[in-house]
Amino acid sequence: MKILSVIAGVLVGAALIYGALDMPKWGDPHSPASSHVSPYYLRHSIEHTATPNVVTSVLADYRGYDTLGETTVVFTAGIACILLLRKGRKRQGKRHV
Amino acid sequence: MTRASDDVIIKALARLLMPFIVAYALYVVMHGHHSPGGGFQGGVILAAGFVLLVVTHGLEQTRKRMSEKLAGVISSIGVFIYGGIGALCLILGGNYLDYGKLSKILLVTPAEARSLGILGVEIGVALAVMAVMYIIFFAIFTAGESPEDDGRAE
Repeated sequence: MKILSVIAGVLVGAALIYGALDMPKWGDPHSPASSHVSPYYLRHSIEHTATPNVVTSVLADYRGYDTLGETTVVFTAGIACILLLRKGRKRQGKRHV
Repeated sequence: MTRASDDVIIKALARLLMPFIVAYALYVVMHGHHSPGGGFQGGVILAAGFVLLVVTHGLEQTRKRMSEKLAGVISSIGVFIYGGIGALCLILGGNYLDYGKLSKILLVTPAEARSLGILGVEIGVALAVMAVMYIIFFAIFTAGESPEDDGRAE
């Protein structure tokens, strides 16, 4: 069983390395990620949003939906903490009685 | 249970630091347009101020300033501000979260309206993150005990 898992691990690792060989180089200006919308955002950020910090304009304006989702995730985490970690007052009162 | 520290130096230092922490958090939120920063970071710094209050002045004192219930309301208000600004753009005839349409009611150019819209949602994010950090910190800190959990008991 151990040998099987080692073989499976090596195979999956080799497949991942083989897949990673085709990735564009780090910081390559001609890679798809930095040749499609990134130059557009960099060029038009001031003109569109009057915001010098492109990170902020992408985060809150061009990708506003994404940040709305992030905020909702944080909010949900807080609600989950209230529900799971705080003890219910009524239930606890009954337990004491 | 965290009680108030007996050391007057720690209490005085915390009291001295608190306004600077709040001012720096507001700076990080408001200056997100020009420098690294924004709602998430500013909200966490604001929450760190409350953590300092808990460590130095105790759980009860801090709870008197801001109860967990109030924190829950503030976090909801934060998300509501974000979604509300998006819906306002919808009402004014644009797409959801299309801040350019806010220029009709803010009386500025569309680009400036987008800048102000970003500021508005950053404030919403900061409120939500601050309150949620506070909620999580209190939930973890008070998880093991709860006679004082009521809030009205003291």
